[in-house]
Parts: sequence; structure tokens; C-alpha cells
Amino acid sequence: MVEALLFFAPASLIIIGALIVIFARNPVHNAMGLVMTLVSLAIIYITLNATFVAMVQMLVYAGAVMTLFLFVIMMIGVDKKEQSTDSIKGQTFLVSGVFLILISLLAYVAVSSDFTWDLWFPPVEYDVEGTPQLIAGVLFTDWILPFEIISILLIVATAAAIALAYDIKKRSSNA
Amino acid sequence: MSTELIIALIKASLVLGVLLTNTILLIWLERKLVAGMQSRVGPDRAGPFGILQTVADAIKLLLKEQIMPLKADRAMYLLAPILALVPSFLIFMIIPLGPDLNIEVGGKDYVVDFVGADLNVGVLYFLALSSIAVYSVVLAGWSSGSKYPLLGGVRASAQMISYEAAMGLSLVPVILYSGSLSLVDIVSSQSGNLSTSIPILSSIVSFIPKWNIFPQFIAFGIFFIAAVAEVNRAPFDLVEAEQELVGGFHTEYSGFRFAMFFLAEYINMFNMCAITATFFLGGWLGPTFENFLPPVLSAIMPIIWLGVKTFLLLFIFVWIRATLPRLRYDQLMELGWKRLIPASLVWLILSAIVLGLREFGLPWS
Repeated sequence: MVEALLFFAPASLIIIGALIVIFARNPVHNAMGLVMTLVSLAIIYITLNATFVAMVQMLVYAGAVMTLFLFVIMMIGVDKKEQSTDSIKGQTFLVSGVFLILISLLAYVAVSSDFTWDLWFPPVEYDVEGTPQLIAGVLFTDWILPFEIISILLIVATAAAIALAYDIKKRSSNA
Repeated sequence: MSTELIIALIKASLVLGVLLTNTILLIWLERKLVAGMQSRVGPDRAGPFGILQTVADAIKLLLKEQIMPLKADRAMYLLAPILALVPSFLIFMIIPLGPDLNIEVGGKDYVVDFVGADLNVGVLYFLALSSIAVYSVVLAGWSSGSKYPLLGGVRASAQMISYEAAMGLSLVPVILYSGSLSLVDIVSSQSGNLSTSIPILSSIVSFIPKWNIFPQFIAFGIFFIAAVAEVNRAPFDLVEAEQELVGGFHTEYSGFRFAMFFLAEYINMFNMCAITATFFLGGWLGPTFENFLPPVLSAIMPIIWLGVKTFLLLFIFVWIRATLPRLRYDQLMELGWKRLIPASLVWLILSAIVLGLREFGLPWS
């Protein structure tokens, strides 16, 4: 009972937040809807005994990334009118086509894998907790190569972003 | 189950009561201290030494009209003060106030731990919640539909992102030293006295408690500066710079909602000092004088020690506010990104090397 409540309360908050992200007109409301989704997701992680992932989710996504989003939204200016015309020709048509393909793919996978709507999850006894020690142990032994590759990728991306921003700044100051 | 629930309820209401009374005391203390440092009298009308001044102010704020600007964004405007208060109460829950206490109620023994919740990711929880706290300032500034609060909100988001990085990085060496992310373990790792292998020093050093501030003094400095910036106190109070931005992000708030921001600011300040004491000053550790104090008094000595350390740090907060002029915006950003973050990174690498040498010896030996 408690498990079901702990699942359905954040799960419905996730869906409401996602709907706010899509349908709200105001960019700040969109951002706050995303924050709601991310925080509720962190609660779901806690119920799954993944405390470390939950805290990182809060710290990185809800804390840092979304604060940057809000900062950028405010810097650009919130009060700009939303663009209502398609910027790419046939945008609506394309997006709904891709959406239909995605839905049918999901339906196909669900049907072919004998998916049942068993929403009252069977109680699973978690004897493992996602502690930092556990995650670090796995990350720095079995998955060390992907981990290092991702870190290089991130550094390259950061350096590229800085290089791009710096170049633009120089050009505009010369003009 | 039910006794656990009762203990949890008692803890929660105690936290609420302690934080509220503390804030009342803290605001009075700050006004008195600043007045003393500026050769003024300060509040002296309400009650002895004006100690009831804050109570009078709180009642006044509760009874005042609440004005909402026409251009305000209703939902966000109402949400912001709540978002300010909730993280400040939640952060206090993880601060350990004392060791486990065995009490006997009705012939049964209960173990009461003097901490709201001992999380094994306590440090991350603290960082996560303090990064959530920025939303209240940003949303309050934006939703007021007024330019000065908006400027305050934009400044707040930039400032808090910058200083959060330095704050998190300065805590990593402490975690390395303690070997745990749990605040209870961090406190217990600081018990005992310092020891050294150098024979001459060891007799001097053995009197000093093994608090993290001694091996980690640079981390303490960085953390303390970042903490002052994180709670938007002078000299980092650009968010509510009166001379430039009227009142900053809460200009358009009045009455009870303004009081909520005020309350959140002081609770955050108190939390930050208690957390600093926990990380660097040994938390509740200190002599309990079990031999010549009645058992009830020696049981609450840890709480008193934590209180003494916290209020010492709070005094420094107030002292800094009364002494230093406000930083300019570019100075603030430079201090954050060009000084504190590189310094904390270098210090992290140095502490990791020292710890590695101590643990594994020289790489070629």
C-alpha cells in the first residue's frame, strides 16, 4: 500500500510536470514543470533504493542544469512572444509522423514481449542499496573504459563550447 | 512502528520549534551586534535588552496587508516563499546534534539518535537542497513582474551557481579524510586528538582535537567564503543590494510572505553555520564533564557544544557583515571562478596526494 502510494504520487507528478513542459506558454513555467518532473523522478529513485542516483539527480539536473536553464531564459528575456509559425516547412506533419512511428514501435514491443498491465507491482525485497561505494566500485573497475571515454568526450565538448563562444565574442568586438 | 512514528513526530516538531525560536534570537542578536559595532544602541524598547523586538516585528508582519503586483505571475509568486522555507527546514534534519542516547520509558529501553535522519549520502543531500534553494530567489525575482526584483533574481542564479561549485569542491577533501558521506560518520571521524609521526611535534599536537579544520584549513576557508555567498549575506548580498535594487528579489513581497523569506534567510544562515561546525569543527564533540555534572546535563552537553560552535560562526557572519563593503558584480564572479574554484581544485589534489601517500606509501617503495 505504502509502496503503491510512493510510486503513484511522484509518477503522476512526473506526468503533470511533463505536460506543463509541453503545453505551458510561459518559458519559466516550462522550466519549473521540468524541475517538478526531475525532482519526482528523484523520489522514484529513492523508493528503488538508489539513494546515490537520486541525490545526483537532484544535485545535477534539478539543481545545476535547471538553474542554468532559468538563467538563460531570463537573460534572453521571458516576455518574448512564442513563435507560432513553423520554422521548418512541414514541421507538424513530420513530427506527428515520427510520433506515430514511435507509438507503433512501442506497441509492437509491448505486444511481442507479453507485456501485462500489472500495475500493482509484486513486492520485491531490495537487499542492495545503491550507495556511493557500490556505484564507485562498479564504475571504476568493470566500466572504467566507457567512463574514461565519456570524460574525454565531455572535456572535448566543453573545450569546443568555449572555443565557439570565444570566437563569436572576438568577431563582434571587431565589428 | 508506532513508537518510531511518535519519535519521528517529536523530532519534526522539535526541529520546527528550535529553528523558529533560534531565528527570533538570531535576528535580535544580529541587530544588537551590528549596532554595537556601529556605536549605536540597537533595539532596546521591547522587553529586556529589546529581546522581544523580533516577536513584535513578526506579529506586525503577520497582521500587515499582503500586496500582490498586478503584473505578477500568480502561481510562481505564491510558490516562491514556500520554496524558500522548505529546503531550509529539510537541511537541518541531517545535522547530528549529539550521540545516541539510551532512555528508559516504562521499563523499555529506547535508543534515541540525536539526528533527524542519518543519510549515507548526507553531504550530497545538503548540496542538492542548497542548490534547490536558489529557485525561490529566482522565481520571486521573476514572478514579481518588476525590474529590480528581476535583476536580483538573475544575479542570484549566477551567484549561487558559481559558489556552489567551489563549495562542493571544498567539501571533497573533507569527505576523503572522513571516508564517508554521512554527517554522523564525519563527526565521529573527528573524535580524538591529532597525532603525528614527528616526535617533537607530537607532544604539542596531541592536545589539539582532531577536527577537520586543522588539516583542512584551506578547505575551511573556501567553504566558509562560499557559505557566506550561498546564503546571500554581506559582502555577497548583491541579490538584495538596497542601494541598487530597492530590496532585491523580495521588493514586491509584503506581510507574511516577506516574513517567510526573512525566516528562510536566517534559518539558512543558522543551518550553514551548523553544517560548517559539523564538517570542520567537530560538530557536537566536546568534553561532557560526566564526572561532576548530573547525567541529564552531561547528556545535553553535546547539543550545547554544537550550539557554541554554531553561534561562534554566526558571530563571524555578523562581524563580516558589519565590516566589509559589498563586492562589485565582476569582483564577485572573479572571486568565485578565478580564485575559489582553482584553489579548491589544487587543494583537493594536494590532499588526495597526501592521503594516498599515507595509505599506500611512496609509489616506488
